[in-house]
Amino acid sequence: MSRVWSVDVRVTPREGILDPAGETIRRALGNLGYEGVHSVRAGRLIRLEVEADGPEAAVASTEKMCEQLIANPIIEDYVVRVREG
Amino acid sequence: MEVGMKVGIVRFPGSNCDADVYRAVTDGLGERATYLWHKSTDLEGVDVVVLPGGFSYGDYLRAGAIARFSPIMREVIDFARGGGLTLGICNGFQVLCEAHLLPGALVRNRNLRFRCHDVGLRVENAGTPFTSAYGEGDLLHIPIAHGEGQFVAEASTLDELEAENRVVFRYVDRRGQATDAANPNGSARNIAGIVNAEGNILGLMPHPERHSLSVLGNTDGLAVFQSLLAAVSRERSHPGDRRTDAAPPGAREFAAGAVAGAGVSS
Repeated sequence: MSRVWSVDVRVTPREGILDPAGETIRRALGNLGYEGVHSVRAGRLIRLEVEADGPEAAVASTEKMCEQLIANPIIEDYVVRVREG
Repeated sequence: MEVGMKVGIVRFPGSNCDADVYRAVTDGLGERATYLWHKSTDLEGVDVVVLPGGFSYGDYLRAGAIARFSPIMREVIDFARGGGLTLGICNGFQVLCEAHLLPGALVRNRNLRFRCHDVGLRVENAGTPFTSAYGEGDLLHIPIAHGEGQFVAEASTLDELEAENRVVFRYVDRRGQATDAANPNGSARNIAGIVNAEGNILGLMPHPERHSLSVLGNTDGLAVFQSLLAAVSRERSHPGDRRTDAAPPGAREFAAGAVAGAGVSS
């Protein structure tokens, strides 16, 4: 049966891509006294409500959306996950 | 036979350099320009398409990512893939990369700052339809205004761009050296502008249209539009001939900034 699935897409800068926002957060944490933070990568979370026949179909269609629009594979990685409940 | 050229300037919601390009083409060159609305599906027979600077769709998601799917972009992509002269400035460059018409991507400036000032540029390839009115190695002062102008690409892509002479503009200092200090955004190898393999699509972060009228204090950018006019004229007299080694006489003076009246056409 078709129903609405809550799907999270986590987009992060690809390995090797300079992430100045993440680096700035890391430095700020250092200034606040949080030692030992070796790396910060700042990405974005995109939450979708997707109608699909099942969780696999929801993931499959969301991955297609990621390829086309939500992420730019040249500079970003993404992970698609159906949320529980 | 029809002479001159007609430039189509795409207007997305959030474009803000469209009028500057219009004035560069009309007042600077004395040529025709028309605005193309993003919802339109008709390029109105223009000879050149310009994707101007701005913040299309608020730069939401990624700069240029939403604009790339505008109705007009289907036509622009067909036009560009078919060899049509297509120029993307700043946000337009971002749109061209998002549309995969140019390789690589433009990400947040290395220092996170929005940079808005003149930069030094070196013309690396004067053999394109966008730069034939310049000379190889010419040094220009052109404004930049962007927060996401750091050009990134795979090392193999960068090598390919260099090997094929597709890096058209590079950020340089006063002496013409591509130093790290002269790089305003951290772009790989100081790259400021590139063309596609066929040479008919140029994307660059700096704004040549902002330095294209003498009243603006500098006309270093006008030769981009001069070059396009020369290319369109050449294409009309010799269809299919894409050679760009025959710059029109007098065009070099524009590059050298020697012509005070920017409206003078060579």
